[in-house]
Amino acid sequence: MFSYCTDPSTLEGLTWLSCYLTTGKHMGFYFSFVTVIVLLLITAPVALLFGFAGASAARSRFLPLSLLGKAYTAIVRGVPDIAFFMFFVIALDQAFEYLRHKVKCPDWSEPIRQGSDFVVCSQAKLPLSTSPQWIHETYGFALAVLTFSIVFGAFAANVLYGAMRAVPRAQLETAEAYGMTTRQTFWRILVPQMWIYALPGLSNLWMILVKATPLLFLLGVEDIVYWARELGATKTARFSDYPHGNWHAIYFFGLLVFYLMLTSVSERVFKRITRRLSHGQATAAGEALRKATQ
Amino acid sequence: MSCLQTIQDYALRSVGIGERLLPRTDFTLCEQVTLIGSGMIWNIYFGLVAIALGFFAATGMALAKNSRNAWLRKPAEFFIYVFRGSPLFIQMFFAYAVFVVLKQSVPFLAPFTSAWLGATLVLFLNTTAYTAEIFYGALQSIPKGDLEAADAYGITGRSRFTRIVWPSMLRLAWPAYTNEAIFLFHATALVFFSGFPVWQQRGDALYYASYFADKTFNPFVPYPILAGFFILLTLVVITIFGLVGKRLNRHLPQAVIRRPGFMRTLMR
Repeated sequence: MFSYCTDPSTLEGLTWLSCYLTTGKHMGFYFSFVTVIVLLLITAPVALLFGFAGASAARSRFLPLSLLGKAYTAIVRGVPDIAFFMFFVIALDQAFEYLRHKVKCPDWSEPIRQGSDFVVCSQAKLPLSTSPQWIHETYGFALAVLTFSIVFGAFAANVLYGAMRAVPRAQLETAEAYGMTTRQTFWRILVPQMWIYALPGLSNLWMILVKATPLLFLLGVEDIVYWARELGATKTARFSDYPHGNWHAIYFFGLLVFYLMLTSVSERVFKRITRRLSHGQATAAGEALRKATQ
Repeated sequence: MSCLQTIQDYALRSVGIGERLLPRTDFTLCEQVTLIGSGMIWNIYFGLVAIALGFFAATGMALAKNSRNAWLRKPAEFFIYVFRGSPLFIQMFFAYAVFVVLKQSVPFLAPFTSAWLGATLVLFLNTTAYTAEIFYGALQSIPKGDLEAADAYGITGRSRFTRIVWPSMLRLAWPAYTNEAIFLFHATALVFFSGFPVWQQRGDALYYASYFADKTFNPFVPYPILAGFFILLTLVVITIFGLVGKRLNRHLPQAVIRRPGFMRTLMR
C-alpha cells in the first residue's frame, strides 16, 4: 500500500506493522467486517417478517395453519441453531436445484439421487458453472441470509406471539364493539400496540443474532472468523513476505473486542428506543416517564 | 450386518470403545442413529459438567455483583460483561488459541488444548456469566417482606443466606435458569467446530451428523436424527428442571388449574 513496502524484510517496528496491516489479505479481512454488518442489517428485518408471519399463523383460527406456526417455533427452539445452519445451507441449495431441474430439464430420465451423489442437469446448477466468481459468493451469502432468517424468524415468532397476547384484551373488545372486522382489529389495534411488549424480547433476540454471526464461517462465507484463522496462522518466510508465528490469539482477541463493542452499542440504542416507545404507555415505565416530566 | 451388531460396534464409539473405523459406504439408518446417539455422550458430558460447576460459581458471582464492596462488584461485573457480550464461538476460538500458545511455555497445561478439558472450561465460564446475571436479577427481586421477616426473627449471616435468600433467589430464577440450561446443551454442539480438534474421530453428535451429511451429500437423514436426539434431551432437561422447580415452590399456595380434559378439547 505504501511506497516503502516493496521489500518488507528490511522493515522494522511500526513501519513493518503499517505495511503488514495494509496487505491485500488484510483489506479482505476489514471488508469482512462490512459483510457481518450487512448480514445483520438484512437479516433483522427479514427475520422479523418471518416471525410476524409465524406468529400470525400460530394465532390463526384455521387449525392446520396454527399448528404449522406453532411447529415452526417449537422445532427451531428445540434444536441447536448451529445444526440448523449446517442443515439449511445444503438443504436449501438442493431444494432450489431440484426445483430448477424439474422446470428446466423435464425430459431427464436418470434419478437425481444416485447413491452419494446429487445429480441435476447443468442448466439447473445454482449458480451456473459459467457465472463469474462474485455471483458464486453472492449466492453463498444469500443462502446464509435466508438460513439466518428462517432460524431467527422462529425466535421472533415466539416473541411476537407473546407480545400479541400481552396486548390488553379490553382493547380488542373495544374494537369489536365499534364494529371493526377481525382484520381491522388486527392491523389497527393489535399490531400498533404490540411493539412495546415485544421490545424486550426483540432486543434480546438482536443480541443473540449478533452473537450468532460468527457461525457464518460454517456456512462457507469468507467472514471475520475465516480471515482471523487465515491471517493468524503461522507464516514462514518461504510463502509470505511477512513471516510470523502463531498469532491466532491476537486476531481472535480483536474479534472479541469487536463483538463487545457491537453489543455495547446495541444495548445503548435499545435503551433509547425503549424509553421512546414507553412514552404515553399505560405501563410502569411509561408512568415513571410521566412522573419525571411533571 | 444386523442392527444389534452395529449398536455393539458403535454405541460407545465417541469415547473410543468399539469398532475403530467409521462406516464408509452404504450407510444404513441404524448406523447413523447409533453413531449420532453415541456422539450425544459428549454433548451430555459438556452440558452436565458445565451446569453442575457453573451453578455454584454463578451463585458466588451473583453475590459478588450484588455486593457493596467495589473490589468484589467490579470484577464480577466485568466478567459477566465480557462473557455475555461476546459470542461463545469466538470465546472458544480465542481460548483454544491461548491454550496452544500457553502449552509451549507451560507443558503442564497441555490437556487444556483438548476438548474434554478446554472446551468444558469455556462452557463453564460462559454459563457462569449468564447464570450469574439471572441469579443477580433474582437477588434483586426477592420480596422485601421475606428479608424483613428474617431480620425480625433474628436470622442473620450464614443461616439468613442459606434459609431465606438462596431458596428465594433460586425460586425466582428457576424459569430463566431452565432456559439457560437448554441453551447451554445446545451450545455444546459448537465445541468441535470452533478450533478444538477431534481426536481419532471421537466427536459429538453434530460432528457425526455432518460426517454423514458430507459423505452421503444428503442432509435430510442425519440432521433430523440429530434434531430428534436434541429434542429428547431438551425434554429431559425441562422435566428434571420442572420437578426441581415444583419442589422450590412447594411452600407457596398453589393455584388450582383446571385443564380441560384431552377429549373435551378434541370434541369441542
